[in-house]
Amino acid sequence: MVDRYLEDGVIEGRLDSDLYEQNFADAHPPLDPHEALVAADRCYFCYDAPCVTACPTAIDIPKFIRQISTGNLEGSARTIFDQNILGGMCARVCPTETLCEQACVRETAEGQPVQIGLLQRHATDHAMKNNLQFYDPAEDTGKTIAVIGAGPAGLACAHRLAMKGHKVVIHDANPKAGGLNEYGIATYKSVDQFAQHEVDYVTAIGGISIVNDSRLGDNLTIDGLLDEHHAVFLGIGLGGVNALGAETDSDDISVNAVDFIAELRQAEDFAKVAVGRRVMVIGGGMTAIDVGTQARLLGAQDVTIAYRRGRDNMNASSAEQDQSSAKGVNIRHWMQPVEVTKSGSGSLNVKMEFTTLSEGKLTGTGKFETVEVDQLFTAIGQTLAAGEAIGSIAVEHGRIRVDETFRTSNPSVWAGGDCVAGGDDLTVTAVAQGRDAAEAIHAALVT
Amino acid sequence: MADLRHNFVGIKSPNPFWLASAPPTDKEYNVVRAFKAGWGGAVWKTLGLDPHIVNVGGPRYGAIWGADRRLLGLNNIELITDRPLDVNLQEIKSVKKAWPDRALVTSLMVPCEEPCWEGILRQVEDTECDGVELNFGCPHGMSERGMGAAVGQVPEYIEMVTRWCKDKTRMPVIVKLTPNITDVRYPARAAKAGGADAVSLINTISSIISVDLDQFAPEPTIDGKGTHGGYCGPAVKPIALNMVASIARDAETAGLPISGIGGVTTWRDAAEFLTLGAENVQVCTAAMTYGFKIIEELVEGLEQWMDNAGHPDLDSIHGRALPNVTEWQYLNLNYTAKARIDQDSCIKCGRCHIACEDTSHQAITNMVDGERRFEVIDEECVGCNLCVNVCPVESCITMERLPAGDLDKRTGKDVSPDYGNWTMHPNNPMRDAAE
Repeated sequence: MVDRYLEDGVIEGRLDSDLYEQNFADAHPPLDPHEALVAADRCYFCYDAPCVTACPTAIDIPKFIRQISTGNLEGSARTIFDQNILGGMCARVCPTETLCEQACVRETAEGQPVQIGLLQRHATDHAMKNNLQFYDPAEDTGKTIAVIGAGPAGLACAHRLAMKGHKVVIHDANPKAGGLNEYGIATYKSVDQFAQHEVDYVTAIGGISIVNDSRLGDNLTIDGLLDEHHAVFLGIGLGGVNALGAETDSDDISVNAVDFIAELRQAEDFAKVAVGRRVMVIGGGMTAIDVGTQARLLGAQDVTIAYRRGRDNMNASSAEQDQSSAKGVNIRHWMQPVEVTKSGSGSLNVKMEFTTLSEGKLTGTGKFETVEVDQLFTAIGQTLAAGEAIGSIAVEHGRIRVDETFRTSNPSVWAGGDCVAGGDDLTVTAVAQGRDAAEAIHAALVT
Repeated sequence: MADLRHNFVGIKSPNPFWLASAPPTDKEYNVVRAFKAGWGGAVWKTLGLDPHIVNVGGPRYGAIWGADRRLLGLNNIELITDRPLDVNLQEIKSVKKAWPDRALVTSLMVPCEEPCWEGILRQVEDTECDGVELNFGCPHGMSERGMGAAVGQVPEYIEMVTRWCKDKTRMPVIVKLTPNITDVRYPARAAKAGGADAVSLINTISSIISVDLDQFAPEPTIDGKGTHGGYCGPAVKPIALNMVASIARDAETAGLPISGIGGVTTWRDAAEFLTLGAENVQVCTAAMTYGFKIIEELVEGLEQWMDNAGHPDLDSIHGRALPNVTEWQYLNLNYTAKARIDQDSCIKCGRCHIACEDTSHQAITNMVDGERRFEVIDEECVGCNLCVNVCPVESCITMERLPAGDLDKRTGKDVSPDYGNWTMHPNNPMRDAAE
């Protein structure tokens, strides 16, 4: 162990260099062919299978697993991609323990669901490694659609539109396409530049061009886009973050967890990512878990996730919480920050108040505890940052309002993914919405 | 503890589990390992005349598998022993001397000429083994040379060769039968007519187990070609049970001792053979799949069941199921059963529903009051048992008999308390003739 492990402050290089590689290896290594056959054999091929119902993209799971078990990996991958062209990433990042695998009848039967996520990865990896392309664009319709955001919703929408014979131009604010797949997923969930490979795989159908560093509101307006295109799809995610609800003596006292995760994903050398010895994360969602866990993996000695409610209220699944705890993260419940001050040495004193429920409402207890940390992360939810850029398009509960076909209040504009109201902030849901919006756009343009 | 000691046509063994004549009994080394593990007896792999035969140098086996690659059926194109006759005879003698309490029977297959049988029987007697089994069963390789199943398919030959053997030896003669015939009672009757002390069955079933789709050739594939082989393992047990029972029930062969063979894998399989009239069982594929150690489970499982059920010895279970084997026309058509699904153990896979809905009687729901729920619709259920067989959870679905007097909602009639079979049924056009 290097000396820097015990140093206070937010510093780089806390660990020996080889430890970084080990810590950020694939969180769930792929199944080898034998393991896949054993896992596939466990599927009962249920009627009207509950796993399919639980999947936001409704992949025909029993069918693709049966195809694995009969040696038809190519067909299996096609079954997955028919419903979810980003099935490769979803196999890595879906909280399967709250979706398909929770619904699996073998979870009911013996508490051990079929490993649907890993099997999906097995099939999709085969197709993507061998660049097996299953779809050709239909005859050119002469229509063009602008897609804003090259994240899961935008890519899924673009691919389905391309299948239908439309031309698609994707604008993305970042230097690389992929959205949260590229910038927002914990590093160990998507290794080996998978997000970029997936962008290449999806766009290989043809008819899709991507313009990077092109942000709605900078040079792009919806009206301007509609002058050039027949329709617009917004898959812009949530660019803003909620502010820390505590008194602070400076604005930069805390680090936005989303930015930190993005920095880590783009880091060429993990040893160059600075992290505190004592780290606190405020929040209870997947982002809080991802940043807390990765702070530990970067060498933080003491990581606490503080959440103002109980374990069951956390948006992060219990499996995610358990995996984080196994990495040494301390998850504390029923406490919230009320004041953060900087000490002379540069450390932060976070004054926490214990919370409770009073008549169903969260209230402070009047009891406090002050924790000294080197680094404070906020992971307390994101907001739609587009603001004026979306013009007159109606918003509800802080997100874009859409109808059941994902059409916004502007009849030429559709939207999907995290930026729309009523979703669950999952990659797989964004894919489903992008795909279904594309079907709706197609129906609107060609009939 | 139940007494498993066994006497088969005068051949004693500490338990009724013998290894069948097959690769596991081809050498002293293997048979000694089996006896050390606890096997009650062994039938030595079939001897032939020198020059000994040769086997293929490529694959000899093919298989079918269930989930998790559990071996369900095995197919082989191996022939009888490919070692010199003298070597085998010396080893048989050596094993019998070292293991006097175990049954050791020698399997034989020589051409259909009396001197051939007389000669080899004399040599086998010198080994002091306990008996001989005449291999009239192998369906591949030897049958094309006029031996094995080629004999077993002609009852006259069986009778003739059996009689030769009984004339020439003091040893008990067991005749091993092939299943590759239309009615196994004929060869069994022929064996009895020839004086056989017992029959053993079944030998393997003629089969092509699979086709290599790249080479377009049957498997196992030898230099691009394949041939039919002999099929065995758990998948053949139902065929063997039926053949054993039909010989045991046949008036002409009643009382002829039977050694049951065919897919015995667990103690339960063995018990089933015994209750259908076999006096002992022979095992091969299970040992070839899992090794000789399974004998512990076989012996202990059988003992435990017998103890729990109060059966003190093998005689008390032998043939006990035979009185309940009958012909279809004597089944009670007034018996009425309905499927019942235990909702507590149901895991809601829906296989019962789709099997019934797509392929049977539309008698199982998939939705009740908007909830995913599988219930039997008594108005449609014919009691066929398909749902029980496709359900992955044991005992989740059961067939429950409707008591006499209860309304069968499917027919709209009360269940009759009387016994009524097809011969008595008004729809039977032959009924009058029978009366």
